[in-house]
Amino acid sequence: MAQANTVDLSLIEEILDEYASVPGSLITILQKTQEVYGYLPMDAIYRISERTGNSPAKIMGVATFYAQFRLQPIGKYLIYLCKGTACHVNNSDLIGATIEQELGITNGETTEDGLFTLEHVACLGCCSLAPVMMINGEAYGSLTPQKTIQILQDYRKKEASA
Amino acid sequence: MKLVVGEGSCGIAAGAAKVYDALEQAIGEKDIHLGITGCIGMCFLEPIVDVYDDNGELGARLVKVNPAQAGRIVDAVSSGDLSSIQKLMIKDEDKTFLDKQTRIVLRHCGKIDPTSIDDYLDDDGFQALGAVLDHMQPEEVIDEIKTSGLSGRGGAGFPTWFKWNAARHAPGDEKYLICNADEGDPGAFMDRAVLESDPFSLIEGMIIGAYAIGCKDAFVYVRAEYPLAIKRLENALKIAEERNYLGDHILGSDFSCHIHIKAGAGAFVCGEETALIASLEGERGMPRLKPPFPAESGYNGKPSNINNVETFANVAWIIHNGGKEFAKLGTEGSKGTKVFALSGKIRRGGLVEVTMGKTLREVIFDIGGGIRDGKEFKAVQLGGPSGGCIPASRLDTIIDYKALQATGAIMGSGGMVVMDESTCMVNTAKFFLEFTSKESCGKCVPCRLGTKRLLEILTRICAGEGKEGDVELLEELCNAVKDGALCGLGQTAPNPVLTTIHYFRDEYDAHIRDKSCPAKQCADLVTYRIDPEKCTGCTACSLRCPVKAIHGVAKSPFEIEQSLCIKCGSCYNNCHFGAITRE
Ligand SMILES: Cc1cc2nc3c(=O)[nH]c(=O)nc-3n(C[C@H](O)[C@H](O)[C@H](O)COP(=O)(O)O)c2cc1C
Ligand code: FES
Repeated sequence: MAQANTVDLSLIEEILDEYASVPGSLITILQKTQEVYGYLPMDAIYRISERTGNSPAKIMGVATFYAQFRLQPIGKYLIYLCKGTACHVNNSDLIGATIEQELGITNGETTEDGLFTLEHVACLGCCSLAPVMMINGEAYGSLTPQKTIQILQDYRKKEASA
Repeated sequence: MKLVVGEGSCGIAAGAAKVYDALEQAIGEKDIHLGITGCIGMCFLEPIVDVYDDNGELGARLVKVNPAQAGRIVDAVSSGDLSSIQKLMIKDEDKTFLDKQTRIVLRHCGKIDPTSIDDYLDDDGFQALGAVLDHMQPEEVIDEIKTSGLSGRGGAGFPTWFKWNAARHAPGDEKYLICNADEGDPGAFMDRAVLESDPFSLIEGMIIGAYAIGCKDAFVYVRAEYPLAIKRLENALKIAEERNYLGDHILGSDFSCHIHIKAGAGAFVCGEETALIASLEGERGMPRLKPPFPAESGYNGKPSNINNVETFANVAWIIHNGGKEFAKLGTEGSKGTKVFALSGKIRRGGLVEVTMGKTLREVIFDIGGGIRDGKEFKAVQLGGPSGGCIPASRLDTIIDYKALQATGAIMGSGGMVVMDESTCMVNTAKFFLEFTSKESCGKCVPCRLGTKRLLEILTRICAGEGKEGDVELLEELCNAVKDGALCGLGQTAPNPVLTTIHYFRDEYDAHIRDKSCPAKQCADLVTYRIDPEKCTGCTACSLRCPVKAIHGVAKSPFEIEQSLCIKCGSCYNNCHFGAITRE
């Protein structure tokens, strides 16, 4: 995807005012920046570099080390599909295949309408309800293919009527 | 009367928040209190609503409640006659799940409202801290922990008093206390439960630890995937500070301590203590060689002590009840209790806290109720990616650091994933190596390349392309990675491979020699077909196929398009006519 990095950098000035000079807060700054934009735009990385004195290369080094950080925009609904042990044993692969089929995207991709992004995660901590997925912070457990499709369609409907 | 809804993450995932809203609406102006509690631990029965009488006694426990039942529940409770909701009450056989546990770490979980410091205070909360600040010297605190025999619950099982003592005596005035709440084992949720259900007990344990070591600043490093845990902990820290259980001059004493939260950013290796410290400092979370240990040189190069959430959650109990009481529980070498997150193919999954010395069989069968759906137990996985798979023949192994290590697995932090006959053990080893090879930080060669090569061989075996000698090659490589890796991640990553080879060698051989997967899980070695003689064309399979690989016309035999089939087994499990074969 081509990066349209015309973001409003003023949105992170407050974050930078608070943390730029606090040692050891690079990860916190990146987390808060991602909360603002949903991902880490390149322009923001350069701005963080200017304000913190860390080189852009170092910031990229940290950003690419941690699974949480994204360098691409995400859809309106971020689906975390659990790939932890308990979910694996309870056939989370089947749920993954169902989501891929229903939305036409694989791990890390976003639907063309910009509605859904699919991301695999290690464990959501709801293992006894395996298989589990989380959409924008809300967890759904004991999934079956039917239930998964229903949940995704409910989100679609909500969007259509909004 | 009071209704209490269990609102841990798993309860909420099962619909607890909606049940709460429905109850709130149904109660309206009626004289019934409504509250929340954290994780009761019986995840298999969520959402759970507890009914307390006016004396605060638990009158009834309602399980698997759905919002539509709220009206009936409220009517029954307000009339005082619960017979109309008898059907919602927990069954006697499920009650044994809690009855057979000994709860120290989880002593408040599911009992108190985790957002209320008064609930915590009413249940002996902050008594230990009061006693410590009132009349105990730091050395006495360390002695009490030594008497208790408490050892670290994060995996390695190192004696807690020893670490505290080392940090206390390390030179320098600036020291740090760190709580490891990274909980990276994918299949474990003990620490999440404590953070969500009893954050004050973590805070109390940490302040006592900080006092013993002599530090003014402490951190909790929590994984980012736990938003609710972070929220509850933030709330608890704020209240504790307002009420002077935290902050400057705690309870009017000379001792001051502040606790800060740092959210992790998703890297398993950051559970390793030196990597965690690097991450706290805002860097890439790469581990480094020890020594120097964190007790000498940790956060910002200052003496630091790192303990797991569960370790800290034991501390206030030990101080309050005495180290001797704690040491009465357990075995010679492992004192107290251990919390396990029981999941997988188990009938009753959830949080289990038992005294050390109980057998795996007691936990899995007596408490967990054994395997679901009438299938056979095959193995239990302990310790996640660093641990191993223990087979049925070793189910009488006791929960004890040494005894578990002797099986080739480890106590680990508490993940306990139960597997049945439909789980392929080669595939399980592959699953863990996918995880560790992805999570390897890349700093040392044995781990970075070794885990990749292990994964390649396992992938080949699962695809039916294994060769004679592959198992021996795996073993050789495993030992090289174990010996050569820099940190615990690499040193333990071969464990899932070695234990599955040790106990399930026949499954490896079946994949390699016969090109067959006995558990029928490895997609490349399984074929599903529809027997046209038996197929009635009922469409059940085709409707359930997640990839729409089954075609046909209703009432005449259907067919599976093999190139699309992902071998998920949906059709096989849902055919009422036994028309689907699996080879
Ligand atoms: C790869 C790796 C991951 C780890 N993950 C965790 C973890 O998630 N939580 C934890 O408490 N300890 C974890 N540990 C163990 C810690 O390094 C450390 O031993 C522990 O936090 C010490 O606390 P304790 O003495 O209270 O057990 C991990 C170790 C390794 C090598
Ligand atoms: S393994 Fe999926 S929630 Fe833990």
